[in-house]
Amino acid sequence: MSGMRVVPEESQKFVISVRQLAKLFADQQGRPVRVLDDITFDVYPGETLVVMGGSGCGKSTLLNCLIGELRPEEGGIFYQTRVMPQPINILDAREEQLNEVRKRFGILFQSGALFNSMTVAENIALPLKEHSYVDPSIIDIVVTLKLQQVHMLPHRDKMPAQLSGGQKKRAGLARATALDPEILFYDEPSAGLDPVTSAAIDELIIDLSKKLSVTSVVVTHEMDSAFRIADRMVMLDRGRVLRIGPRGEFERIRDTAPERLADEDERLIHQFLNGKTEGPLTDAAGMSEYEKWIVTG
Amino acid sequence: MTQVDNTLNDIRRQGNATIVALSGEVDLHRTPAVHKTLVQACEQHPERLVVNLKDVSYMDSSGLGTLVEVFRRVNGYHGTLALCHLSTRVRSVFEITKLDRFFNIYATEEEALSA
Ligand SMILES: Nc1ncnc2c1ncn2[C@@H]1O[C@H](COP(=O)(O)OP(=O)(O)OP(=O)(O)O)[C@@H](O)[C@H]1O
Ligand SMILES: [Mg+2]
Repeated sequence: MSGMRVVPEESQKFVISVRQLAKLFADQQGRPVRVLDDITFDVYPGETLVVMGGSGCGKSTLLNCLIGELRPEEGGIFYQTRVMPQPINILDAREEQLNEVRKRFGILFQSGALFNSMTVAENIALPLKEHSYVDPSIIDIVVTLKLQQVHMLPHRDKMPAQLSGGQKKRAGLARATALDPEILFYDEPSAGLDPVTSAAIDELIIDLSKKLSVTSVVVTHEMDSAFRIADRMVMLDRGRVLRIGPRGEFERIRDTAPERLADEDERLIHQFLNGKTEGPLTDAAGMSEYEKWIVTG
Repeated sequence: MTQVDNTLNDIRRQGNATIVALSGEVDLHRTPAVHKTLVQACEQHPERLVVNLKDVSYMDSSGLGTLVEVFRRVNGYHGTLALCHLSTRVRSVFEITKLDRFFNIYATEEEALSA
């Protein structure tokens, strides 16, 4: 790592700056595998960055590193927030600094992650009670505002077990936004939802981002959704950044015939965006491993 | 870490109205103090309570919740709550929660006093 630049540019205005990040996991034989390798990108204030890539390419691992749940072996993850305008590398931050940064996060992961022993309203009130001395009557009002935003007011006093998948997700979003986060992380927010509910969640992501300038990092497989919400997109491939750029660039690659694209990378992105099963993506995925297995036994 | 409380809550009487000028960032940390000030301003049941947000640079949901709570109080004694001088950012917070439909929001303090 010597001589490598692991700090972000001075002048750049970012909310998150990821520098030469690497995450290693052990495979079945106990050998280290670079699940994320040399990942470098910035997330700008108020933008929605969509993270794409095939199953197992490292999207959830990246998200877990960003929120401090997983510790990468190499690199840096810098944050600049309203309450902490100086860049902080969460990988060498003190515990209380890390907690301050984390308080500015909202996280919506695959399951919605509600506490089953509490009503929907109690679930949303929880972070407010934990983090503030705000009057209970005001907390109650905030809970109502949050539920209204996700059209969940009628389900206020239900237990999570009484909710559908889409309702759970919306309740999870209400909870993720309880503390007015500056940064929202979503891991497949519309997975398993019907198109109408999925579009409603997208609307909300867009609203939060455009009206309240919440910065969002969204992992999604839903291409319609991705192109609706993204300002920029990043495509991962086997733990590396294949391409990062504005949505328009990805639209161009999606809509251009493969033979007219610049290179193999673009053809791979084209195939992914169009959901085709034939192309470099499937040819490459696991083939070298398979070949090794065939050849060496 | 000691922090200067930059929410200066200024209360004035003008005829039948009470005007409260808030400033700074109305967030989780400041909300309890802001609530106290507004509750205090409600105590004499002013016919009109004007909250001037000219110097409020940021307001979070707990700040909004505080205004809703005060809105209920003022309605409770049949008074009127009027807000004025919302920055674009603060107005967005009202819009996204659709509270702009319920509150009396005016551009200036004069309008808030006379409307
Ligand atoms: N705790 C772990 N231990 C070992 N390997 C892991 C662990 N977590 C993830 N992996 C491996 O890391 C790679 C990336 O996994 P990750 O969950 O980040 O993929 P993903 O891009 O989110 O996929 P999907 O789209 O299916 O959710 C996979 O090969 C996975 O098997
Ligand atoms: Mg995943």
